[in-house]
Amino acid sequence: MKTELLAKLQEARAAKRPVALATDLASGAQALLESGETIGDVALADDALAAAMKMLDRDESGTVEAEGRKIFVQVHNPPSRLIIVGAVHIAQALAPMASLMGYAVTIVDPRRAFATDARFPTVTLSDDWPDEAMQKLDPDRRTAVVTLTHDPKLDDPALTVALRSPAFYVGSLGSRRTHAKRLERLKEQGLTDAELARIHGPVGLNINAISPAEIAVSILGQITEVRRKDAK
Amino acid sequence: MTQALPFDSGADDVLATAAKWKAEGKKVALATVVTTWGSSPRPEGSQLAIDETGAFVGSVSGGCIEGAVVKEGLAAMKDLKPRLLDFGISNEQAWEVGLACGGKVQVFVEPLE
Repeated sequence: MKTELLAKLQEARAAKRPVALATDLASGAQALLESGETIGDVALADDALAAAMKMLDRDESGTVEAEGRKIFVQVHNPPSRLIIVGAVHIAQALAPMASLMGYAVTIVDPRRAFATDARFPTVTLSDDWPDEAMQKLDPDRRTAVVTLTHDPKLDDPALTVALRSPAFYVGSLGSRRTHAKRLERLKEQGLTDAELARIHGPVGLNINAISPAEIAVSILGQITEVRRKDAK
Repeated sequence: MTQALPFDSGADDVLATAAKWKAEGKKVALATVVTTWGSSPRPEGSQLAIDETGAFVGSVSGGCIEGAVVKEGLAAMKDLKPRLLDFGISNEQAWEVGLACGGKVQVFVEPLE
């Protein structure tokens, strides 16, 4: 790879722009693919370019055939996101574990005593009210949302936005009873059954988790299960 | 902001490290998994960056073929040519470069010029 091309690739990634690197596996020639265009030494016909852009869309690297050439398309999408509502004890375990898994983590909590840099040194914090924060963060289909406050006035507004977004995972902490009440409240607020059915609640895989870190493992296990369900 | 992690957790650190090594004046090679068959341990797109001393970050397997890939990376730094390497199921002749899991991978190795 040419150093200049690597610099351009890193620049696109730093700016969180979806970009792919195309490599002709026979010659080693390379180009960046961005917004449906190639920049560099690999020219692609329309169909090969469309196939490559589709890989970017699916978040999956792989090879496309172009006039007998094998072109490897390496996808560099911005990191998937995890939005955690509630800067609670579980979040202190969940945030760094999710970072390890490659998620860009944002914690939303308007209660200033909770969401402090001292408790969460490595993540983005938002002290906006959850519905405002969620609207700003605008969850896409590469975003997971977990609410942990089990306080209706914080969790419910966040869930209302999350359930109407394309987020690939929405989970909500709380016992079965808490969750049943939550569903009733959200239904009264006009959410449809289909929207409500998207909530994973009680949150996480059932691994008999007790400690905050174990609950974080169970939540991340479930997020992974949902995210990778098509990868089998 | 997300802080840098103490160890590599994905493709991110590999390219950043490669760029950093290059900026320090080191020779650098990159290795990328481009095809996988069967139960290969790392998906397509997984990367390894190698410097001129043979130090590396990232992974292209569960540790089975990194040694051989580093060797090819060092060679690519010298002749400045890319190469496409095939690794298959381990056997006695090639135990150093085989995949114990029974998968097959193809790895593209290129110099950073």
